[in-house]
Amino acid sequence: MDIHIENLTKNYGFQKAVDHISFDVKPGEVLGFLGPNGAGKSTTMKMITGYLSIGEGDVLLGGKSVRDSGDELKRHVGYLPENNPLYLDMPVIDYLGFCAALQGMNKGEIGKRIREMVRVCGLNSEKHKKIGELSKGYRQRVGLAQAMIHDPEILVLDEPTTGLDPNQIVEIRKLIRELGKEKTVVLSTHILPEVEATCDRILIINKGKIVANGTAENLRKQATGREILKLRIEDGKADDIVHELHRIKSVDIVEMVDKSMNRFEVQSNTGLSSKREIFQLCVQKGWVLSELIPLETRLEDIFRNLTMN
Amino acid sequence: MHAVWTITQKELQSYFDSLIAYIVLILFLGFSGFFTWLYGSDIFFVGQASLQGFFSVAYWTLFFFTPALTMRLLAEEKKSGTIEMLLTKAVTDRQVVWGKFLSAVILVGVALACTAPYVFTLSKIGNIDAGEILCGYAGLALMSASYISIGLYASSQTNNQIVAFLLALSIGLFFHVIFEVLAGSFVGFTSQLFALLSLSNHFDSISRGVVDSRDLVYFGSIIFVGLFLSELSLTKRNLN
Repeated sequence: MDIHIENLTKNYGFQKAVDHISFDVKPGEVLGFLGPNGAGKSTTMKMITGYLSIGEGDVLLGGKSVRDSGDELKRHVGYLPENNPLYLDMPVIDYLGFCAALQGMNKGEIGKRIREMVRVCGLNSEKHKKIGELSKGYRQRVGLAQAMIHDPEILVLDEPTTGLDPNQIVEIRKLIRELGKEKTVVLSTHILPEVEATCDRILIINKGKIVANGTAENLRKQATGREILKLRIEDGKADDIVHELHRIKSVDIVEMVDKSMNRFEVQSNTGLSSKREIFQLCVQKGWVLSELIPLETRLEDIFRNLTMN
Repeated sequence: MHAVWTITQKELQSYFDSLIAYIVLILFLGFSGFFTWLYGSDIFFVGQASLQGFFSVAYWTLFFFTPALTMRLLAEEKKSGTIEMLLTKAVTDRQVVWGKFLSAVILVGVALACTAPYVFTLSKIGNIDAGEILCGYAGLALMSASYISIGLYASSQTNNQIVAFLLALSIGLFFHVIFEVLAGSFVGFTSQLFALLSLSNHFDSISRGVVDSRDLVYFGSIIFVGLFLSELSLTKRNLN
């Protein structure tokens, strides 16, 4: 089942929480939803899952509109809401059973499926406890388990790894990757490395609008466009080196980072690389090139560029 | 229907798990038993094989207890955010409202069923009028269902349980006494209107053993309007 979102808009009073956004998610794809607080991530997810009504535009799940056949479609969606609300006075097993029954599962299948989810989410030691007695990490696992209990084709996870310790985060990411092979997964997060680790595609949204959409690599390419190198060249005079570097055709900007250590930052002209020329220059002049680090634009920088204004 | 029953079962479970059910049952049976058999114008004082005393005590105790049963039904879910989890499952808003309504109705039904020994005891003491007693119970059940419906509406309006309780009680108070008082202090059409709205009039006529379709329509309307408005306020999350 794919997700097709078309001109989706939602207003809270005069404020546009989501402003004409459109995108698609295909089965076998994990889409990472990024954005600063209040960008409209959760609102979009709430509209996909049918909790909030759609202002304008439409959400199609497997070609069917959420507007017309919402309640039938909900059966195909698993949702982990933000802050992971749970019935704290219910034991884990009862809670999962309740969720499975609400999703219309057969009585016969429920028991088997609960055992499976308990195993997959690592809840075995806690399964008879009340949810209120569990630590945050285990509650998060219960939240994931209830989202997946009915084996939905679409998973919408609002910040699935908050409150988990690093080991659990790795496990849950692995689980999401695994699920993402066959299912359509949309997840939102604040943690940027997480997006790179789990998502096939990234969607950055700011103030209700999509500002970037693509794989992490694509976004990087778009954002940099230019090669930036960090250099350290020994055995030469800093001023001479700067002068010589400037003479290389492909070099645009040379910046002296640290004069005493002979460290420089070189920006090449758009579309050109100056690594070879720099190496050759050093050979020619008898300088020792002890560091040459191509600077990758970090996802953090892309994110900040796109969302700070 | 399946979803409604699933929700009803879950709510009943949490009534009993959280002790609310036991407290309400004990208090209800304690109060009604005390005033029916031991104190005031009890059965031995009146000297008739009639449960009228019990019905008029239960008329008040249920009035106070139903808001305590309903106050958490939606308010708690709204406060803890679980309402979002619940409504994104494959259920409609209506099924959620009905499921919760039924759970409270069943609990009150259990409380009323627990007074069956009263009827049995009374039948050993004297000749009882089975029809009258049956109608009395029906009246109590209909009245409770009406207040549960009102309570559910109150609970849908807030995420604070105390507010829900007080709101339910104050709405209920109008039906319970205020309309009747108003009916007495006006004349003509206004008086008739208030008399028509007063729940106690309808309850009295049923518990006397006279089942009139007007009374059934009256209780049915309160239940329907309460549930309808609760559903509406759940759906209203969409309108802002």
